[in-house]
Amino acid sequence: MPAISTASLPDIVFMLLFFFMVTTVLRETALLVMNRLPAATQLQKLEKKSLVSYIYIGKPKDTGKFGTEPRIQANDALIVPKAVPNFVYSEKDKLDEVERDKITMSLKVDKEAKMGIVSDVKQQLREANALKVNYSTGKAVE
Amino acid sequence: MAKKARVAAEINASSMADIAFLLLIFFLVTTTIASDKGLTIRLPPKQDQVDVKLKERDVFTVLTNSNNELLVEGEPMSVKDLREAAKKFIMNNNVDPASSESPAKAVISFKTDRGTRYDVYIKVMDELKRAYNELRAASLGMTVQAYLDLENDPKRSEDPRLVKVKVEIPYQLSEAEPTNTGAN
Repeated sequence: MPAISTASLPDIVFMLLFFFMVTTVLRETALLVMNRLPAATQLQKLEKKSLVSYIYIGKPKDTGKFGTEPRIQANDALIVPKAVPNFVYSEKDKLDEVERDKITMSLKVDKEAKMGIVSDVKQQLREANALKVNYSTGKAVE
Repeated sequence: MAKKARVAAEINASSMADIAFLLLIFFLVTTTIASDKGLTIRLPPKQDQVDVKLKERDVFTVLTNSNNELLVEGEPMSVKDLREAAKKFIMNNNVDPASSESPAKAVISFKTDRGTRYDVYIKVMDELKRAYNELRAASLGMTVQAYLDLENDPKRSEDPRLVKVKVEIPYQLSEAEPTNTGAN
C-alpha cells in the first residue's frame, strides 16, 4: 500500500485551530461548582458582554473542602448570600457611571440546585438594586 | 551519476503539525464556547411592597412544591398543560367570570418551594413566557420565532407594533417568596 501523504495535516490542524480561536472565549474564572445549565426555548441573547456579571450556583466540585450543599461562586471565590450585594457593588464600580444601572446579572445555576439558595440570591440582588437578571440556559430542542 | 541541481536548503517543516496540535489542544482546554443566552426577567425593586388590590379572578396562581409538582389555580397539573391553561386565562376577556377580565389585568403569580429544583422552575418560567410570546405573536400574525427575533433585535425595539402588543398583553408575572416546607 502506498504511504498516505500527510503533507496537508498541518493545514487541517490550523483550520481547526482558527475555528476554535474564533468561536470560543478564554474562560476567565475557574469553575468551583458544578454547573449544568437547564434548557429553555424563550431565550434572549445578552447584548453587551461588558455589562454582564456572572454568578454561579451549584454543588461544589470539591465536596471534601466545601461541603455538599449548593454554594454561590462570584469571580473566584465561594460566597454566602449576604455577600452578594458587595459583589454587585464591586462589579458596578468597574463600569462607567452612566452604565451602572444597565448591569445585568447572569445567574448560571446548576439544574439540580434547589430554589432556596436561588431565591436568597435574588433577594440580595433586589437589596443591591441589580434588577436586571438573566437565567443562563441552553437552547432546548422543541 | 547525473548532476542534480542543488536545491536551496529547506527548513524541515515536519514539526509544524506537532506545533499546531499543541496550540489546538491548548485552546480546546482553556476556552468555552460562550453561550450567553437565557431567560431575562426584571426583579421588583426592594421598596415595592405596596400591595395592589387585585381581584382573585385576575390572578392565576402557580405553585410548586419540593416534589416538583405543580398546583395551578388549586388543581394539580402537569407542566405540559400549563401553557394552554395560562393562555386561556390571559385571553379570557371577561367570558368566564372565574377567569381574568382582560389581558391587561391578568396577573400570573408563581410561588416555588425552597426545595423545588431549579430546572423545574426554569421549565415553568419558560412555559409561561412562551404562553405570552405565543399570544403576542398570534396577535401580530407572525410565528413565535419571528416574534422572538423582533423582540431581541435591538434595532427594531421601537417598532410600534411591538410596543402596542406589549401594552395589550403585558408580561405580568409576580414571583412570591418561596415556601419552606420540609426538604430544603
